[in-house]
Amino acid sequence: MTVTAIAGKEIHVDDEGFLTEYDEWDEELGAELAKNIGIDELTDDHLNVITFLRDDYADQGETATLRRVQTVGGIPTKELFVLFPKKPAKKMAYVSGLPKPVGCI
Amino acid sequence: MTTTETAPVIVPDFGDEAEDRKIAFICSKGNLDMAYPALIMANGAVTEGVETHIFFTFWGMDMINKGTQDNLQFTMLGNTAMHMPNSEKHIPQGLGGLPGMTGYATKMLKEQIGGLGVPEVPEFLHELHEMGVQLWACKMSVDMMDLEEDDLMDEVEAIINVNDFIELSDGAQIIFV
Repeated sequence: MTVTAIAGKEIHVDDEGFLTEYDEWDEELGAELAKNIGIDELTDDHLNVITFLRDDYADQGETATLRRVQTVGGIPTKELFVLFPKKPAKKMAYVSGLPKPVGCI
Repeated sequence: MTTTETAPVIVPDFGDEAEDRKIAFICSKGNLDMAYPALIMANGAVTEGVETHIFFTFWGMDMINKGTQDNLQFTMLGNTAMHMPNSEKHIPQGLGGLPGMTGYATKMLKEQIGGLGVPEVPEFLHELHEMGVQLWACKMSVDMMDLEEDDLMDEVEAIINVNDFIELSDGAQIIFV
């Protein structure tokens, strides 16, 4: 585990740069994480996904897969590809300050 | 006196700059347990940003044929690895031939896969199409099975011959199922 600083805050990250401490995330930090991977602005649609992911993680103890975001969160997978291009599952987890999803679907 | 070292920012490499990767699956089987592996792998590929194609041929046509895709089945017959969940004891092959066993095995498999949140085959194919996976039907199989374009689900891009498939899969990693 590594300590780094983003948006003026010290945060703990794993070898790839994903946050390891749930409580170190806030929206300002999320916006910085998004910029790091080429998402210039977090829109309400992005925040809607992030809120679902973080609430669901708090509840379930693991990061929701795309399928779960669609079936439980009600956000179509197609939209996730628009919001977090190419690799939506990993990108949305990164911006939300959560580990990568472990499920296959 | 102690000092705290702060490492430079680490940003995950999502491969956005990487060379475009391409995968093509060939689905040649219409058994329920042979339908799922390619769909699950195709789902993994497309969500990793890989250009993904699926070519349906021979019995794989049953997966995209509107008349058959809801009723793919799983049989114990010929599957020597068949055993009950959480048991290492194999089920005698002869049992698979009893009336109703294929229906029972199909129901059980559907429940197990469904319990993991995996959609049924027609819905799965629709989802993959929505994510950008391109579905292709084999011309020879369409002719052999006396099918028309209308018999196939709308998500299928086109009926193509094997030369077309070889052309479109140029540079792709090919996985035959």
